[in-house]
Amino acid sequence: MTDAPVISARKLDKFYGDFHALKGVSIDVERGERVVICGPSGSGKSTLIRCFNALEFHQGGKLFVAGNEVYEGAKNINLLRQHVGMVFQQFNLFPHLTVLENLTIGPQKVRGVSRAAAEATARKFLERVRIPDQADKYPRQLSGGQQQRVAIARSLCMETRIMLFDEPTSALDPEMISEVLEVMVELAQEGMTMVCVTHEMGFARKVADRMVFMDAGEIVEMADPETFFDHPRSERCRDFLDKILDH
Amino acid sequence: MSDAALPQNLMPARPPLSRRVTGSTGFALLMYAGLMGLFVYGAYSGAARMGYNWQWYNIPRYIYRFTDDGFQAGELMIGLGMTLVLSLGAFLLAVGAGLAMALLRLSDLVIGKWLSIALLEFLRNMPLLVLVYLFYYVLGPIFTWSRITAAVICLGVFHGALVSEIIRGGIKSVAQGQWEAARSIGMTKGQAYLYIILPQAVPLMLPPLTNEAIQLIKSSAIVSVIAVAELTTVGRNLVSDTYMSFEVWFTVALIYLAITLTMSFGVSALENRIGRHE
Repeated sequence: MTDAPVISARKLDKFYGDFHALKGVSIDVERGERVVICGPSGSGKSTLIRCFNALEFHQGGKLFVAGNEVYEGAKNINLLRQHVGMVFQQFNLFPHLTVLENLTIGPQKVRGVSRAAAEATARKFLERVRIPDQADKYPRQLSGGQQQRVAIARSLCMETRIMLFDEPTSALDPEMISEVLEVMVELAQEGMTMVCVTHEMGFARKVADRMVFMDAGEIVEMADPETFFDHPRSERCRDFLDKILDH
Repeated sequence: MSDAALPQNLMPARPPLSRRVTGSTGFALLMYAGLMGLFVYGAYSGAARMGYNWQWYNIPRYIYRFTDDGFQAGELMIGLGMTLVLSLGAFLLAVGAGLAMALLRLSDLVIGKWLSIALLEFLRNMPLLVLVYLFYYVLGPIFTWSRITAAVICLGVFHGALVSEIIRGGIKSVAQGQWEAARSIGMTKGQAYLYIILPQAVPLMLPPLTNEAIQLIKSSAIVSVIAVAELTTVGRNLVSDTYMSFEVWFTVALIYLAITLTMSFGVSALENRIGRHE
């Protein structure tokens, strides 16, 4: 059991109307592995990780997450989502709840944890993302970087075993990117299984076990970071890296 | 192009005196008072030409009177009570029915969606008067409804259709990302609605819902056609008993206005408060 990949995608196909968003994508993610996915917009990278969390459903192929098959109408979808955390580009904090309540509502309502226990967990994770003093504020009172760290803590409170990041720093002002990346690096160092869609190549070099480059709904290149950055094999990947690393 | 070519004084010129006078609040109030005065004068002089015998002094006792038994509500007040009871009952039903219709419409059930749309279009495109007849003369005998029950159900269902659109609009206006965030921490659809979506949607729905309540109070007058003893029915009965048609209808109109205007101001206050919190 421990040897099986936590995410195993086999020839996933996904269509939006006529648009072929994923074209037979296969990838395995091992427990504790950090995978960074990059690629131009519209390449299907967000769609892929949204499939991992069953926010989208693939139409062809097979997908196993934490040993369960994921498909539309599967009974254990909500249980699965509890263990697979998702951090969104736009944070998506709950604006009508305080920071603390954002963190406790999942454990309390979904997992039936007592309020006191949920709050204790929440404060612990707020400490870890370094904003313990903002617990009673509302999301709109926080900066973008703080909001994104709350979003990360919200996922952690569900005792997630896999964290998915969908361009977590793309909506942030430049000076706030590093505070979010620092938290993500720490998570990686603690052994969390992570799949990150990001263009932060410095972060990727530091933490990634494996780099994936996607284009037009396919995985074009998959390699360890050193090979990926220094000796990319495909023309498309080289072009892409040239563009994003040049500035 | 040198700076000198730019106009030196960027402040807008003071509007001419005539504009300042016609644009002022005082002038608007004066115009309004003048028009209303003309209207009232017209009505009175017309009535005088008809030889109308004004009996305003007879009106108060149809609102309330003091007898040996103490305070007693007059016919108009009892009618108003019935209007309020009808409206409240119908409004609660409308919110319940509207919520059910909206959730059905937003559900993944294809049949439910179509059922909800069919019901909405039927109710919304039917004259309310015809619905009242339908509910009282057709459905009433079938389900053995009383007049009042038929009236409450008819008004409740009719306004429920309109309320369902308000609720659907409110739910739709909550960002899609909120759904995704709720689902991503493992919430079921029901939990997401209850804890995440509705708490954000309800404040947006309150002002239009209050407006709908005002509409409902007004349309409740229509059930006088099936002789439910609400304000309008009472007014009509009083007129046929006393022949004081001018005084009674003016009074009835004022009572409706007093209630609906109060609620309108309430909505404005509510909207201001919600606006401030944004």
